[in-house]
Amino acid sequence: MTSYTDKIREASKRLLKEGTVDMVIGFAKGSVPMMNQPMHAVNQGDVDRFVWDGNCGINLANYVTGRTERIGIVAKGCDSRNLAVHIVENKIKRDQLYIIGVPCTGMIDRHRLTAAVNGEIESVTEDEAGKTVTVSGDGFSETFNRPEVLQENCALCMHRNPVIYDERIADEVPEQSDEDVDRYAAVKQIEAMSPEEKWAYFDDLLSDCIRCYACRNACPLCYCPTCFVDESKPQWVGKSTEIPDVRIFHFLRAYHCAGRCTDCGACVRSCPVGINVRAMTKKLEKDCLEYFGWEAGLTTDQRPPLDTYKPDDPEQFIK
Amino acid sequence: MKNLLEHMGIDPGRLHFSWISSAESTKFVDVAKKVTEEAAALASKEKKYMKTKPKVA
Repeated sequence: MTSYTDKIREASKRLLKEGTVDMVIGFAKGSVPMMNQPMHAVNQGDVDRFVWDGNCGINLANYVTGRTERIGIVAKGCDSRNLAVHIVENKIKRDQLYIIGVPCTGMIDRHRLTAAVNGEIESVTEDEAGKTVTVSGDGFSETFNRPEVLQENCALCMHRNPVIYDERIADEVPEQSDEDVDRYAAVKQIEAMSPEEKWAYFDDLLSDCIRCYACRNACPLCYCPTCFVDESKPQWVGKSTEIPDVRIFHFLRAYHCAGRCTDCGACVRSCPVGINVRAMTKKLEKDCLEYFGWEAGLTTDQRPPLDTYKPDDPEQFIK
Repeated sequence: MKNLLEHMGIDPGRLHFSWISSAESTKFVDVAKKVTEEAAALASKEKKYMKTKPKVA
């Protein structure tokens, strides 16, 4: 992955030097392992702090909304799709952006690694070929097969290469297809349950939620100036961590992402208690694909399905 | 929206979507009656949709 890092630094330095952009948004090494942090580089000296490895799971599209500068941005497949969503939703102009496309081979699941080893992880390294991940800490060191420790959304990803970009730092990586993986297997499993089982499943899933809103803050789609959960006049939803309040929060947040979510996994990654927020958003993604043939962020020419009306829109639910 | 509510375990019988014009008062009455009857039939002793802890502040 050092080759990616070098190319990102080289491209960023060139863009800043030539004055093509006012800043470049990329990843810098995080203060704790497996948590690379977003970084804005405004001068060429900052650029050497940019890195690229399997811990760049945060979605950088989150940091461009409403900006007025010309921005260079490092974008994986999902980041580029979210940039396309932002362009359609007028949160940023296409000509303000210089997208540095990074073909992605998936991000490492920090929750899974933390659970897989005994002890605190101090460092995570990957081999250059992208085959293995070595985790080490005080008194232990374990090596995993990289494909086996990917985030679930990355293992199921169909758009690893950036869909829009101005420059791509490496050759395209092979894409998966529906023949390789069943991306909705987890959703189908829940769909097969009875209403009581579903209720119990989500009770269990959400029982740890502390309403910290990390999922919302990490989500590039959640850019509302005042979120419905923060509003007090009127107060749409209670502030407690009782199940009805928690459910309303998660249900509505997910629903606000319908037809816009690119399954980037930033919500799951950011959750401090390890809730699989995607249990809700993935269902909406599946429905959008089935009912509207729509996948978010693949084009900047079309409005999302819940934003448009077509005479043949499905309406079986109206009785 | 209906799909996600059902996905999260709300009983399908509790959800109802209808298209009623402001001129269709009788249809509104019929639908409201039907929906409340259906929901009442599904009511359980377990108050899972309600909060149980007292409100503070």
